[in-house]
Amino acid sequence: MIGFLFSVVAVLVLVGIALVGVGGLGLKVLFGVIIPYAAVLTFFAGLVYRVVDWGRSPVPFRIPTTCGQEKSLPWIKTNKVDNPCSGGMVLLRMAFEVLTFRSLFRNMKLDYRQGPTIRYSSEKFLWLFAMMFHWAFLVVIIRHARFFTEPIAQWLQGIEHLDGFLEFNLATFGIGLPTIQMSGLILLGGVTLLLVRRIVVPSVRYISLASDWFPLFLITFIALTGILARYVIRVDVVKIKELAMGLATFHPVVPDGISVWFYVHFFLVCVLFAYFPFSKLMHLGGVFLSPTRNLVNNSRAVLHVNPWSYPVKTHAYHEYEDDFREQMIEAGLPVEKTLEEAAAEKAPAAPAPAEADTEVTEEKED
Amino acid sequence: MDTKPEFKPGNYLYAAKASALETVGLPNPRDWNPTDDDWKLPADWKGVVREGIAQRLERFRTFKLFMDICVRCGACADKCHFFIGSGDPKNMPVLRAELIRSIYRGEFKTAGKILGRLAGGRKLTEEVIKEWFYYFFQCTECRRCSVFCPYGIDTAEITIIAREIINLLGCNIDWIASPVANCFMTGNHLGLKPHTFKENAEYLLDDIEEYVGVKIEPSFNRKGAEILFVTPSGDIFAEPGIFTFMGYLMLFEHIGLDYTWSTYASEGGNFGFFTSHEMMKRLNAKMYAEAERLGVKWILGGECGHMWRVVHQYMNTLNGPPDFLDQPVNPITGTRFDNAASTKMVHISEFTADLIKNNKLKLDPSQNDHYTVTFHDSCNTSRGMGLLEEPRYIINNVCNNFVDMAPQTIRENTFCCGSGSGLNAGEYLEMRLRGGLPRANAVKRVAEDKGVNMLSCVCAIDRAVFPALMDYWVPGTDVCGVTELVANALVMEGQGEREYNLRGEENPSYVPPPESEGEAEGEAGEEGEE
Repeated sequence: MIGFLFSVVAVLVLVGIALVGVGGLGLKVLFGVIIPYAAVLTFFAGLVYRVVDWGRSPVPFRIPTTCGQEKSLPWIKTNKVDNPCSGGMVLLRMAFEVLTFRSLFRNMKLDYRQGPTIRYSSEKFLWLFAMMFHWAFLVVIIRHARFFTEPIAQWLQGIEHLDGFLEFNLATFGIGLPTIQMSGLILLGGVTLLLVRRIVVPSVRYISLASDWFPLFLITFIALTGILARYVIRVDVVKIKELAMGLATFHPVVPDGISVWFYVHFFLVCVLFAYFPFSKLMHLGGVFLSPTRNLVNNSRAVLHVNPWSYPVKTHAYHEYEDDFREQMIEAGLPVEKTLEEAAAEKAPAAPAPAEADTEVTEEKED
Repeated sequence: MDTKPEFKPGNYLYAAKASALETVGLPNPRDWNPTDDDWKLPADWKGVVREGIAQRLERFRTFKLFMDICVRCGACADKCHFFIGSGDPKNMPVLRAELIRSIYRGEFKTAGKILGRLAGGRKLTEEVIKEWFYYFFQCTECRRCSVFCPYGIDTAEITIIAREIINLLGCNIDWIASPVANCFMTGNHLGLKPHTFKENAEYLLDDIEEYVGVKIEPSFNRKGAEILFVTPSGDIFAEPGIFTFMGYLMLFEHIGLDYTWSTYASEGGNFGFFTSHEMMKRLNAKMYAEAERLGVKWILGGECGHMWRVVHQYMNTLNGPPDFLDQPVNPITGTRFDNAASTKMVHISEFTADLIKNNKLKLDPSQNDHYTVTFHDSCNTSRGMGLLEEPRYIINNVCNNFVDMAPQTIRENTFCCGSGSGLNAGEYLEMRLRGGLPRANAVKRVAEDKGVNMLSCVCAIDRAVFPALMDYWVPGTDVCGVTELVANALVMEGQGEREYNLRGEENPSYVPPPESEGEAEGEAGEEGEE
């Protein structure tokens, strides 16, 4: 609960900072230029650092989680996507994972009944909310490219057109709003549903940390302020584009007459960018690196090398035979050395240890 | 996070004995008990843990990544059999991982060091080590949660590494440490010495002679055999595993396979895997070493779950490549096993399925007619390998009555027996029965609806633990290995009447020959009476 309250307060404080900073103190250059540059720099530097940092740790073993039939005998049908037998199939598995959240789609819900009996039912809400949220977020981000490009590319306009197909419907009601962009509403809907789910489902509420609540609230407020700026306050889009183009072309200008609510929106986005690399949001990068998903299940067909492999102490066969030679002979088991040979070898040779530990180099156990 | 586990009889495992740790040279051997206040940790235990974590973050991308990217979406929460059976929130895979993630944040991350709990960080205390011991020995490394995780976060991997870390403090359980020590010295978990191993096999050979009427004389430690066969030692020791063991002997006799057993590499399983990566490597080394010494061409492996996780995903990397072996070819059918081209080890189900497909077995499935069989996919062979169709193909060819359990509980969704990864100790029975509840429930469903009375599997631990689980939750359901079913259906050359099955029970599917005098089969006489 502390995490929940902390996150709400933190986001409200951030909103306050922007309101006071721009509205009260007029720090437009700070909020319009300096913080955005710093945030973007932090984002990219942090992102690269984190991914490289993960990449520096090797993958010593080939341990994909197999979720279907392996490739074995030629007449047995292989599940190529869920148990990939080639690099191409891994790409396919990853594509399904990243683009359609295939693993989440598997989700099922469990209930206890009298008995005790356990039943399973389909549970697609998490998958649905996650799809809404992530895809809408992607479209929203792409749509914002219109502020940073001139002329605006054809494909971008195409996306906007699709995104805004509700326009006609609303126009017929005579509501004079700018084109309604569905993506923004779906994003807000998705993030709200995820938030509600986190509050309502007891097990999920129980596991939630501040770092789970904070990004949800932050993104909720980003979506809210964005929608507010566009539909209610109707911020001066031309001036905002001037500011954005200035940032994009490294000739920053801070036009007058931009609503403070734009700065609030912009500041929260900057916070999100700067926070991103140091948070769980890095699952964006991590999903591509996960060894249980991105490896081919061919560890018996192709050698996988562990870069830090080291020799270990084993109990070699000759040591074993030395321990049990007499019983082995008695039981009629073949031996490498007869009792006499073993005795003869032991007697004249120098004390045995030199010969005893063949494979043993060192036993590393720090 | 603040509720501490309470060590009560039935919910914790006995501590490793000093002697077992000494045998294999593991740190901090001492006699202690988890219910003690003082666990006699080494003086610098905090440093050991910190360094242990740091080193593993550098060595395992899995560990590093899984510490960082969990979003706590909760998809894994109700996927764990121990959570389902115990209701303990810390058995939700996400929280099991948080047990160590919180220390990672609190000890390694700036935000966690400064903000503490607010950033999800905790300080390392002795209580944390006790909690790790409790919960990381309450995970069977079954990977079911990993199937549902959108990032493939694998709690098995986290548990493996966490156990590795507490092993640095000498905190292992007896049920793992003793088999490890046994396996190191005698070649198998049970500590069967070479002559005992052979004697046990001879008892089973006598049983085969009595019940089937066929005398089999396998070889042990024979140089120059074509194939080395390795299977878990549990199957030479206790029911119902021994019937699967008898099945292997009959199958290989039936096809005239040129193979040998080894008393040195007499363990397919690997409890080292439940201790540390290093211990896994130390125990696994025997298989290739023995194959090289005996000069065999390739290795055939018996039915076992974690053994196959190790063989399939680790062995070649650990102790390979075995250049002294040939690519496995089934000498009976000529099939080349391309999927084992590098490791050179083939699963018995792959091997048997190939034999059946090529009509090399003389089968009479009606011998299993009194069984309605279902099949339990072992966690390791399904989620760490993908062996799903082969056993089903075999069962369908040797039995007339086979039904699968509910799709949410088989194949990649399969539920653990509740006792995997070295937790099959007697003192842990309560927790095992809880963990086995989802599996038992699925069996119960098919037992009631479809009349299933035989639970088959390809895992020695399953065979060891399911009888108790079934007795408690689904009385009247028997347990067998797939190869036992094969052996039941095999029409052996020169066999007797088969009036009794391998268990020495009267075979209800036995149909007396029309001429009841029929002693034409030679030695059939001795089967009749007792």
